[in-house]
Amino acid sequence: MSPPNDPSRRRFLKTSAIGGLTLVAGAGVGEAMAAGADNLPPNVPEWMKTLGPGVTANPYGNPSPYEKNTIRRNVPWLTATEESSINFTPLHELDGIITPSGLCFERHHGGVPDIDPEQHRLMIHGLVDRPLIFTMADLMRFPSVSRIHFLECPANGGMEWKGAQMAGVQFSHGMVHCCEWTGVKLSTLLAEAGVQKSAKWILAEGADAAAMTRSIPLAKAMDDIIVCYSQNGERIRPENGYPLRLLVPGWEGNVNIKWLRRIKVGDQPWHHREETSKYTDLMPDGKARQFTFVQEANSVITSPCPEKPLKHGKGFYEIRGLAWSGYGRIKKVDVSTDGGMNWRTAELQGPVLSRCLTRFRLPLQWDGRPMLLQSRATDDSGYVQPSIENLRKARGLNSIYHKNSIHTWRVRPDGEVENVQIA
Amino acid sequence: MFRSLKILAILLALGLALPVAAQDKPAKRFGFGTPATTEQIAGWNIDVRGPDGAGLPPGKGSVAAGEELFMAQCAACHGEFAEGAGRYPELIGGRGTLKSDDPRKTIDSYWPHGPSLYDYIYRAMPFGAPQSLTHDEVYSIVAWLLNQGDLWPADKDLDAASLKALKLPNRDGFITGGDPRPDVKPDTCMTNCRTAPPKITSDLAARLGVTPTQQKAAD
Repeated sequence: MSPPNDPSRRRFLKTSAIGGLTLVAGAGVGEAMAAGADNLPPNVPEWMKTLGPGVTANPYGNPSPYEKNTIRRNVPWLTATEESSINFTPLHELDGIITPSGLCFERHHGGVPDIDPEQHRLMIHGLVDRPLIFTMADLMRFPSVSRIHFLECPANGGMEWKGAQMAGVQFSHGMVHCCEWTGVKLSTLLAEAGVQKSAKWILAEGADAAAMTRSIPLAKAMDDIIVCYSQNGERIRPENGYPLRLLVPGWEGNVNIKWLRRIKVGDQPWHHREETSKYTDLMPDGKARQFTFVQEANSVITSPCPEKPLKHGKGFYEIRGLAWSGYGRIKKVDVSTDGGMNWRTAELQGPVLSRCLTRFRLPLQWDGRPMLLQSRATDDSGYVQPSIENLRKARGLNSIYHKNSIHTWRVRPDGEVENVQIA
Repeated sequence: MFRSLKILAILLALGLALPVAAQDKPAKRFGFGTPATTEQIAGWNIDVRGPDGAGLPPGKGSVAAGEELFMAQCAACHGEFAEGAGRYPELIGGRGTLKSDDPRKTIDSYWPHGPSLYDYIYRAMPFGAPQSLTHDEVYSIVAWLLNQGDLWPADKDLDAASLKALKLPNRDGFITGGDPRPDVKPDTCMTNCRTAPPKITSDLAARLGVTPTQQKAAD
């Protein structure tokens, strides 16, 4: 840091004041912050001396330019193309339980289609009495429901089966988000079409360049699936399925078909590529589990983490994290600082909702010694998040999907945090 | 009481309306939407079901035609022998590797149903030009791929009936009788839970260099 009265800094500040908005949006942000001593007490901050932009400057708001690091990131080596790929929610930058729509991880198989809602249609056919086509306006006339649910790619953490690989919580756990979803219950639409007695499964199909399909048991469709048009109060973002998508509470992300254009009702599953070649769990004996839909309880500490080390030496910190379960509500989260020898129960932030991200917190007086930080979620079905050792004993190393084991952060004496695995 | 009608009007406009009498309960059917015609359904009804091939269209293809199509439309990503290229997946090979440390999931090693292959190629391939192949072209590409995996003779045409009759090597490789989870016993121990101190088994993440770097916050 330069001394507060460094003349070069003062000169820079004056120039930047002339630069105005361009500066704030551009590369000068870091400089301006470093030079900010002139804005500290007892000085009057620059931003109090001029008027800011008015109400017409920004008809649709954006995050502060100072938060430019709070972005989705991808892992370029993971996939062959960006159109069939994934990016990750920056969990380390977020508070609370709702993921801002623009930060929800994206998984596409054929890029994001550009869909005019006026030209979008949902077709329901197959084993129904009345095959129907709905416009968006039709769908919005039905009674609506709104639910807050997490949505997790079953490959979340999948890079860690064989060992700790990703040096950051964004990449080890960022294939999850939690939003308020609004739409019409799929059961309402199916009743409208009149499901026939022999029906047992549905096929949902997207209007993207992969025409993504998944088979879903009819029982789930009649229970709680929502055909959504809104996310966090506004129309769904294009990358999350605009103008219409499925929300399948608690089940693996891939079945939550985006850009939904068709529901076909049938008497058996279709065994399409995404439910045979992909999204099946290969076991050590060479057999693969199929139709393993539920995302079992999972949790992770989001602060500290590799991106958010302990930077202030010994003393008080609040351990913060997220827990979620596809089986139901999070009942409790235990936190260990000694690699699982002893556990303390964390405080849960209410409301604790079923199949929803749940925020936990635990006060910590750090003595500066190394720690092995872990969190362990229990849900109201009695399911307890397992250790990586136990999960491997049950499933081996090659199942890719549904890795929900207890995660370990090693905190070094200098406060840096590393992703490790322990036995 | 509202002091003026103007205030009431504003409240109404903001959605803070006064309570209204209960409305009629929704009907079982609403009558929204329009009947889908046979023609409309036919245009979108592209799915082919794996186990029984329901939905396979008429048409046929040959291995020779498939080879020509594959080289022109598929080989750039999947290789001239369907062996894959870069991060693009291999399509054929790796039979017998599913129990190994490096299982390879391909059409002949992993896929259970031939008709699903038809379904996927028609709906999603070629990457960037989906639903552009004719039925005969898809049958031809499927025939060539199966031939590469020694699952189809070079001189025989493939059609709906023969694709339905074909049994892929990993047909019985899937556990479909319901989700076997939870498959791990709950461990709820709170104190003195370990018999030995924790041992680090993997700590390469910080040094592997496979995590994209991120700009640290400017503080």
